[in-house]
Amino acid sequence: MHEMDETTVVETTERPPTTSGPELAANSSGPEGRGGDRADSNWSRPVDRLAIGAVPSSAININVDGRRLVGPVQGFGQLWQKRYEVRLAGADVTPEAVIATWKAEFGSFWPKGSRFYGPVTSLAPGEVALLNLDMPGRQTLSTGVMVIYADDESFTFMTPEGHPFAAWITFSAMLQEGVTTLRIEVLLRANDPLYEVGMSLGGHKQENDFWVATLHNLAARFGVDAQATAEQTCVDRRRQWNHAGNLRHNAAIRSGLYRMTHPRIWFGHPDAT
Amino acid sequence: MTTGTTHIDIRPLNSTVTAIVIEGNVTSASEAPLMEAYMAASAEGARTIVLDFSGLDYMNSGGIGLLVTLLVRVQRQGQRLTACGLSDHYREILSLTRLDEAIAIYPSEADVLATVS
Repeated sequence: MHEMDETTVVETTERPPTTSGPELAANSSGPEGRGGDRADSNWSRPVDRLAIGAVPSSAININVDGRRLVGPVQGFGQLWQKRYEVRLAGADVTPEAVIATWKAEFGSFWPKGSRFYGPVTSLAPGEVALLNLDMPGRQTLSTGVMVIYADDESFTFMTPEGHPFAAWITFSAMLQEGVTTLRIEVLLRANDPLYEVGMSLGGHKQENDFWVATLHNLAARFGVDAQATAEQTCVDRRRQWNHAGNLRHNAAIRSGLYRMTHPRIWFGHPDAT
Repeated sequence: MTTGTTHIDIRPLNSTVTAIVIEGNVTSASEAPLMEAYMAASAEGARTIVLDFSGLDYMNSGGIGLLVTLLVRVQRQGQRLTACGLSDHYREILSLTRLDEAIAIYPSEADVLATVS
């Protein structure tokens, strides 16, 4: 794990096109013309406000419905580019098969404690999932993500207002030197000043540990015991003070207030409410 | 500047506005030619950069991420980033990702010039 300047960003991304999953997806399908079927079906339709349908009784849903999506342009903190990667050496599995499994069982690969309430079938563009994230002090942070892009070798999440990050998160698989390799790439800014402080006080490490453990679990699903690698680069050190007001949507604060006003969940799972 | 299925050229529109003309696919593999084109445009004194997507075939989420990286560099230099020639579909994607809040979108290069001047 190391911090680098922007010059390094350019260097680290000057890889042959065949080393990146989404590029494979773009190049292997052949030309289909401007705005063709391939492009239309892989991207979500625009949404003004998020709406989530039926919610499992065990999920806390207080920070997703009615929220807008936010990306790095709308975030507050420094802009970070992170990459986590693991190689499935020795596994006889294609990138497409891994992505199909990843989409279908996404939350099952998360470290213990956090819950992903996704669609019953598989992740697809336009779908919204609830997240109940385990936080220090037996706190649960309730938030969500929307799938904005998905193809056979990658899929991308975007976060809502109030989430710790204004981010795009891309999950992909590709062949590297004949070995199927899994990658998570995150482009994020902390959503507000409070989250930005939290990121500097261990938030980055917590985020990195989470995705490294996720990749380890996913590799294990295919019979591979491998340690994932993590890299992070600060692309923009400036903070966007004009977005400091994002604090009003802070999902951690709202989740904490919810917990205070719903004392039954102090003694058990959220479904105690 | 060509890589894989991406071809990128620059075309000065006047002394302060330069178009980066993009043909083919925009993915994260397009980073090197796009940044080279941006540096060449800046070296010629461009204050407004126009991404001309008239020849765009396909852009995935890696390509969208690349636009953010470019936007950061442009803003750091006190320049302005605009886009033109987008199909309705990719206009929607810039709206979905809310990049259109930071990158002004115009129908054509002529419309950018009319606004800048």
